[in-house]
Amino acid sequence: MTSLSNGHAANDSSPSPSPSPLPPPPFKIPPIKFTKLFINGQFVPSLSGKEFETVDPRTGEVIVKISEGRKEDIDVAVNAAREAFDNGPWPRMSGVERARIMMKWADLIEENAEEVAALDAIDAGKLFHLVKVLDIPAVAGAIRYYAGAADKIHGEVLKASREFHAYTLMEPIGVVGHIIPWNFPSTMFAAKVSPSLAAGCTMVLKPAEQTPLSALFYAHLAKQAGIPDGVLNVVPGFGPTAGAAISSHMDIDKVSFTGSTDVGRAIMHAAASSNLKPVSLELGGKSPLLIFDDADVDKAADLALLGILFNKGEICVASSRVFVQEGIYDEFEKKLVEKAKAWVVGDPFDPKSQQGPQVDKNQFEKILSYIEIGKQEGATLLTGGKRVGNKGYYIEPTIFSNVKEDMRIAQDEIFGPVLALMKFRSIEEAIKGANNSRYGLAAGIVTKNIDTANTVSRSIRAGIVWINCYFAFGNDIPYGGYKQSGFGRDFGLEGLHKYLQVKSVVTPIYNSPWL
Amino acid sequence: MAARRLSWLLSRSLSAASGPDSLLHSLGRNSGGGIRKWKRFSTAAAVDEVIIPQVQIPYTQHLIDGKFVDSASGKTFPTYDPRTGEVIAQVAEGDAEDINRAVVAARKAFDEGPWPKMTAYERCRILLRFADLVEKHRSELAALETWDNGKPYQQSFNDELPMFVRLFHYYAGWADKIHGMTVPADGKYHVQTLHEPIGVAGQIIPWNFPLLMFAWKVGPALACGNTIVLKTAEQTPLTALYVAKLLHEAGLPPGVVNIVSGYGPTAGAALASHMDVDKLAFTGSTETGKIVLELAARSNLKPVTLELGGKSPFIVYDDADVDQAVEVAHFALFFNQGQCCCAGSRTFVHERIYDEFLEKSKKRALKRVVGDPFKNGVEQGPQIDTEQFEKVLRYIRSGIESNATLECGGQRLGSKGFFIQPTVFSDVKDEMLIAQDEIFGPVQTILKFKDTEEVIRRANATRYGLAAGVFTKNVHTANTLMRALRVGTVWINCFDVFDAAIPFGGYKMSGTGREKGIYSLNNYLQIKAVVEPLKNPAWI
Repeated sequence: MTSLSNGHAANDSSPSPSPSPLPPPPFKIPPIKFTKLFINGQFVPSLSGKEFETVDPRTGEVIVKISEGRKEDIDVAVNAAREAFDNGPWPRMSGVERARIMMKWADLIEENAEEVAALDAIDAGKLFHLVKVLDIPAVAGAIRYYAGAADKIHGEVLKASREFHAYTLMEPIGVVGHIIPWNFPSTMFAAKVSPSLAAGCTMVLKPAEQTPLSALFYAHLAKQAGIPDGVLNVVPGFGPTAGAAISSHMDIDKVSFTGSTDVGRAIMHAAASSNLKPVSLELGGKSPLLIFDDADVDKAADLALLGILFNKGEICVASSRVFVQEGIYDEFEKKLVEKAKAWVVGDPFDPKSQQGPQVDKNQFEKILSYIEIGKQEGATLLTGGKRVGNKGYYIEPTIFSNVKEDMRIAQDEIFGPVLALMKFRSIEEAIKGANNSRYGLAAGIVTKNIDTANTVSRSIRAGIVWINCYFAFGNDIPYGGYKQSGFGRDFGLEGLHKYLQVKSVVTPIYNSPWL
Repeated sequence: MAARRLSWLLSRSLSAASGPDSLLHSLGRNSGGGIRKWKRFSTAAAVDEVIIPQVQIPYTQHLIDGKFVDSASGKTFPTYDPRTGEVIAQVAEGDAEDINRAVVAARKAFDEGPWPKMTAYERCRILLRFADLVEKHRSELAALETWDNGKPYQQSFNDELPMFVRLFHYYAGWADKIHGMTVPADGKYHVQTLHEPIGVAGQIIPWNFPLLMFAWKVGPALACGNTIVLKTAEQTPLTALYVAKLLHEAGLPPGVVNIVSGYGPTAGAALASHMDVDKLAFTGSTETGKIVLELAARSNLKPVTLELGGKSPFIVYDDADVDQAVEVAHFALFFNQGQCCCAGSRTFVHERIYDEFLEKSKKRALKRVVGDPFKNGVEQGPQIDTEQFEKVLRYIRSGIESNATLECGGQRLGSKGFFIQPTVFSDVKDEMLIAQDEIFGPVQTILKFKDTEEVIRRANATRYGLAAGVFTKNVHTANTLMRALRVGTVWINCFDVFDAAIPFGGYKMSGTGREKGIYSLNNYLQIKAVVEPLKNPAWI
């Protein structure tokens, strides 16, 4: 593994901040084409004329100004979506026809993979080469997956207990509000938009204010593919204004949100006090990774490190609590620290980089403050703990040991490259520790023992359990939270069903030869 | 869909003799210049000058292990143009040895991969690419289909090719949605079901819808990760070879789909009785279906799905819109020259509207445009071959002899090819042969009924149970009949509405199993239960 000579790896014991990790960007960033709200098939300025800045986290500099959607813009977008749902062709098309348009959209996205990958990289500080080969093909894949499901939305004919003929119709739920986060602007866009499109819904999507660029680009391609005007509306803006307008809107039939637990709570509250729209929430996590004595220590250390450092730790399923059985603890800790020191932090456009900058100043400062809290709480800082360079929002891979379950760094979602390492003796203790969290999003288990794997996978209160793997996502694999990690599932057919209403139709039947 | 097809047929029949058609011009040559008026019900030629299809016949050999190869014996057989009875091409004639070579290739492709070992998404992408290629070659394929089969080109091009593409899109979408289950057991066990591909599938398809039957069989088998040996009907071997080539262009690994042309008693029997074929699917006559099932039983007990004959009732109540019912009943029987297993071949009409219905049905049959299927506006082409042609004429004679009233038609049309006049019988009694047997030709038999109980009894009094049509505005009648009729498909106020998602298959001697829809996947999957003990589970 190559490390940057001036990067974090060299300065573990040095008190001075390392020089900038930025090499010159090897990729020419394309001009930004779309900066306005996408409503009813048109790019339009916000009604107020206001704009906000979206910032390059490598430098903290402004990339471009974006029209700022507010309540009045959300109203216009909802009207367009309402009209498209109530009177437009989209829900009245067969699933087959919707699928064909979606397939075309997926093809267009793949054709533009490089450009849209660059948008996410520059906007979110994500690794360009990874986004290009992972995130963007996954967007096309998710769209194709749900396109393939559009003509397979089956209701059931029921076994009524009396002389009735009864069946269920799975109907599109209506106008959907989507609010998506900045950590996976493309993946989250696809996870929300593709199943709701397949279901026949129309929608208003608010991307995160940090990362509005790719969503607008996708909207442009959606129009090219033939998605009718008003079906997909994208309104960039801030949570307290645009986001709040969506969640409290009287004419939105469903809200789907991915983001922090605090905001999730506010959204559910707004939904409850407006029109009782059903809400699905995919929120924070403090996911445990349990490594048992029989594990291959080297592989387990790789997995643990990837589990916390992938996407700079800005991933809700990050393995931010690693529980290691005492028999291998010391060896594991040593390997983990070695590997963390070799991890390459640098410009996300540099193919050698494994970790780019945190998304913005807020996140950057929050993470650094949690590192301070960890030290104050008495945890041992094994490696990392500082910013990298003096420009942008780069942070060293950071590992704490001697962490107690009740410490804040073991309870709170830090959403950065900060790992809390803990030791356990027995399987019961591991399960208890893993479940000692208000969150329940994901968990990992590393063991060769089939009984351990089976017992732990049922015992952990989390929406997805990875056995001897981590981040094993798939279009087909639903995921979402237990407890305060939210409710509802994205991906898989579960991800489609939340955009459907179930209607039972019942009629008496006379002289049926069977019941 | 049927409505669209109907309106197309209607508009075409009304304007049959007017206007040039770009399809016709791009596709065929009309040396007569201008559009001829065909003579209906005359004994003159149904086809004066045969339109020559502008399409090559690129493939006539078997497709085995990704390569076109001759028969082991070197033998060939002729495939005919049913418009003239003349030979279109000589095609490799497969026998047991060719089937065996194809099974060996399919076995290897299944056991060693890469097809079943690919991700479902990769299989999905190959099927999608294939659908795109078929769309690109739509006009050649439609022309080849019509040339070999005799069905109207417009039907091939406007309905069957798009449906073929639709079917592969549909099955591509299934590839990554084939879910097993986790199962609650009584005890501390973790139980799962794995839905595994069944292995090498043998498929034998008929001549009436060569491409669509290919899609019904090949689509689900491939989506589930199987490999295939498919035998086409000897009457229509051409289009399957063409599309199978496109499948390989789309990225299908060699050996996954193997196509063998040949006859039933030789190639078909070899496939049905092969010890290394894991599953057999057959569409065709009930007689052959019995033989296929016997061969499977005597060899390796391979599971068999059968989609066989029918004598489907089409029931019209007195509250129905008569004009619409007449049109749909006409379509239900005469579509595809009457060569549909689900043809509405027993038209039961309520006594209160019987006379009106009969008069209108006769008028409609007389208006039916029969002629060269490549000609724009033609609704009905020739029957598939001499054998079918003779058989249909025999049944017409039988109808006359048993004292049914021949309202119209009854004769061959022209002196060349296998054209038969649209034929309508009235005063048909349940016990007559024409009301009992599958005629598989353009012969409509109209029967009278009084009440629901009676019509249910009579409609069910058949060895077949493939489909039924019900025309009524009364929701109670509709609900009662939909459950009382012992058939695999009930069309209410419509007929022949097919879709990839709608399962199709028979009760009774119309067959076993269902094709299309989610149900079709079951034909190509093995279900494996996996059971593991649980130690100290948090819940069970």
